[in-house]
Amino acid sequence: MSAGHAEQTIARPLRRRAPRTAVGGVGPLGLGVAMLWLSLIVLLPLAAVLVRALDGGLAGLWDAVTAPSAVAALQFTIVASAIVTLANAVVGTLIAWVLVRDDFRGKGLVDAMIDLPFALPTIVASIVLLALYGPRSPIGIDLFATKPAVVLALLFVTLPFVVRSVQPVLMEADREAEEAAASLGAGNWTIFRRVVLPALVPTLLGGGGLAFARALGEYGSVVLIGGGIPRDTEVSSQYIAKQIETDQPTSAAAVSLTLLLVAFVVLFVLRVGAKRSMRHEVSA
Amino acid sequence: MTLGVRSRLALRAVALGYLLILLLVPLGMILFRTFEDGLVAFWESVTTPASISAIGMSLTIVAIVVPANVIFGIVTALALARGRFPGKGVVQAVVDLPFAVSPVIVGVSLVLLWGVNGWFGGLAEAGFQVIFSLPGMVLATIFVTLPFVVREVEPVLHEIGDEQEQAAATLGASRWQTFWRITLPAIRWGLAYGVVLTVARSLGEFGALTVVAGGVPGESQTLTLLVHARYIDDHNTFGAYSAATVLMGLALVTLLLMTVLNRKREAA
Amino acid sequence: MLIALLALFVAACGGSSDSTESSSEPTNPDGVRLSLVAYAVPKVGFDKVIPLFQRTPEGEGISFSQSYGASGDQSRKVEAGLKTDIVNFSLEPDVTRLVDAGLVDPSWKEDQNKGIVSSSVVTLVVRRGNPKNITDWDDLLQPGVEVVTPNPFSSGSAKWNLLAPYALESDGGKNPQAGLDYLGDLISHVKSQPKSGREATELFLQGTGDVLLSYENEAIFAERNGEDVEHHNPPTTLLIENPLAILENSEHPQEAQAFKDFLYSAEAQRAWGEAGFRPVDQQVAKDFADEFPAPEKLYTVAELGGWEKVNADLFEPETGSVAKIYEQATN
Repeated sequence: MSAGHAEQTIARPLRRRAPRTAVGGVGPLGLGVAMLWLSLIVLLPLAAVLVRALDGGLAGLWDAVTAPSAVAALQFTIVASAIVTLANAVVGTLIAWVLVRDDFRGKGLVDAMIDLPFALPTIVASIVLLALYGPRSPIGIDLFATKPAVVLALLFVTLPFVVRSVQPVLMEADREAEEAAASLGAGNWTIFRRVVLPALVPTLLGGGGLAFARALGEYGSVVLIGGGIPRDTEVSSQYIAKQIETDQPTSAAAVSLTLLLVAFVVLFVLRVGAKRSMRHEVSA
Repeated sequence: MTLGVRSRLALRAVALGYLLILLLVPLGMILFRTFEDGLVAFWESVTTPASISAIGMSLTIVAIVVPANVIFGIVTALALARGRFPGKGVVQAVVDLPFAVSPVIVGVSLVLLWGVNGWFGGLAEAGFQVIFSLPGMVLATIFVTLPFVVREVEPVLHEIGDEQEQAAATLGASRWQTFWRITLPAIRWGLAYGVVLTVARSLGEFGALTVVAGGVPGESQTLTLLVHARYIDDHNTFGAYSAATVLMGLALVTLLLMTVLNRKREAA
Repeated sequence: MLIALLALFVAACGGSSDSTESSSEPTNPDGVRLSLVAYAVPKVGFDKVIPLFQRTPEGEGISFSQSYGASGDQSRKVEAGLKTDIVNFSLEPDVTRLVDAGLVDPSWKEDQNKGIVSSSVVTLVVRRGNPKNITDWDDLLQPGVEVVTPNPFSSGSAKWNLLAPYALESDGGKNPQAGLDYLGDLISHVKSQPKSGREATELFLQGTGDVLLSYENEAIFAERNGEDVEHHNPPTTLLIENPLAILENSEHPQEAQAFKDFLYSAEAQRAWGEAGFRPVDQQVAKDFADEFPAPEKLYTVAELGGWEKVNADLFEPETGSVAKIYEQATN
């Protein structure tokens, strides 16, 4: 292009032509490719689960889902995941607090370590916990095939979620409100309860939701240390694996569908809750 | 809010104590058990033909999954950040779906799709094996790693805005030139971070693979499946620990890269 | 770096031996590779037999890839398309499934050994010292005794375990209801559902349960590994017979047949014996008479009417009488 032409283009107002697609975007072809990709990889397989679950009609679905050990597994899974999410909400906030507001040698290392459960394969987590808290435990704690073992494994893998979602909020937190409260004579606990915590609620709900969804579907870290005892320590993912391996794909699909629904409902409720508390925060 | 020294120390103790019992001591235990018989025993255990095959298989899957996710992830991120189309919220939700789906369900869905009694069962009968073989393992791994690149690149695209890209377009740059010269350099740290997460997740995939992979040593067994097989099927606890240690080493490298890239991202 | 990865993969492709001893894999890259899909526990036997085979002229240059898992699961995987040359399952119905699918020729069991390469008996495995004094089938029904046995819908071992007391209690099948009554009681003592014989052993060794029902060879395997267990063969038990068959679509039928023939040889049978399995070759079996004492009464599946009948009557999902009891109790 000649220099003259370039000058002409710049001289004209920038929005000379309304682009049909946003500049730098991918255009309809790119969009189509992205949609095809998402459909093929994610939507199609999940659709197969949905259709197969309804193979025996709604009655068949109900039967598969209400089989006593399916119900027991789902119940245990939900309860364990809820316990773990609550525990993480408390301990995760505490750890995030220490990482943001405290200072000590090696803090950077501790901070990096939080992501370890995220980077570590789940089967390694299982074998690691088993080595210390299983039958060959050097400290005599044998949790193999007990409910606490499952909770322990879930705590391990969900550790990063709440910590990592609370940290940035704490870092950006407006200290002025806290200082104002302090100067008005409020004690530490009151300040935490009235000033800090409300600001954290949206992110706690978000991080908690992620932790819950992760715990709900967890398999690898539970499989070795949990023992998979039906109606006792068996979680839904293990039940589903058992069903598909003993040639009962419809039952596997049905329980899968249920587990997915629970996860989606909880995520949705928590997201709504998070939005609502953010609105409160803004208006407060 | 200022805490007294005692409260601060107490909180610190609780936090560090929790991390110690949950993370550090168990990990240390494995390392101890792996190396207590010396380096040679460890080396021999991880260089058996089956182990080398398993490592190779895990790396092969990564080698296929990463480029696929980079290409399609960037395209999707661009579409979401720059595009204008109805139903963006739905697409966002679909991208996030893999986080809410249990890996076992991923495996089940692929069996229902590609198994002999599945929707595309005809392929299996024609001799092209998806389930129990590499293609199935790759599809499962792509499913679970799909969100990472998209979720790391999209916010960067939002942040940098499209002014530079618009300027380039008005200067006559083609779409490809704009992407290569302007967009890509801007997203590179976010992209790198997403790639590291993808690699870590791919190497760690287990639940979906137990359903979808044949688990045949030398053919369809990854390192994670090897750890499980050694522990349960072979009664080879030491072997399981040493293979787990290899995976732990890879996880630590991942962690290092994540920390480094995080700083680069924030500096950018 | 990509090249390094690819090189690693090419080098890795195919290596499947997981032993740290110097390679039982011959270094000939063009040699035939036989694929074996087996049930959960015979690896200890194949670890002895395969090297012996590789030293014979027929076996020279042949390498093996082996996969072990629950008999039913493995059989279903092969039916669903897992490619292999040879299958070795815990019991005949898992081979019959492949015959029905057209993958195995019906004549697989028409040789002198009826397709059976190794045998064993159902035994009771208890903690060292036998604290609960379990030595016979009735002891399993004592209150508070927890029994570990695998899930019969995935495991071959599980079917043998349930069939053994059934044979005794039903007087060889003549009184099915008595047999089913016993099993109903027994299954109320079963809390866990490990997938395979090997997983059941693992679960028991990790501390679950008071008694493990298993193959005699698996008990011997655990004991030789120094585990704190002992086994007691009940006076009346069942003969376990493990079939081996070659797939129709195998790319190396001759080599596979050579391997199968070798497994019947005295040398191979002796190796099976040393691994803890009861040889099917009667001559060789005599030499192992001390290690494998004959029970007072040893039932066989043939006496109960053959596997086709037994599997259909008892274990067919949803219609089999034992299947129904098991599902009822555990579902």
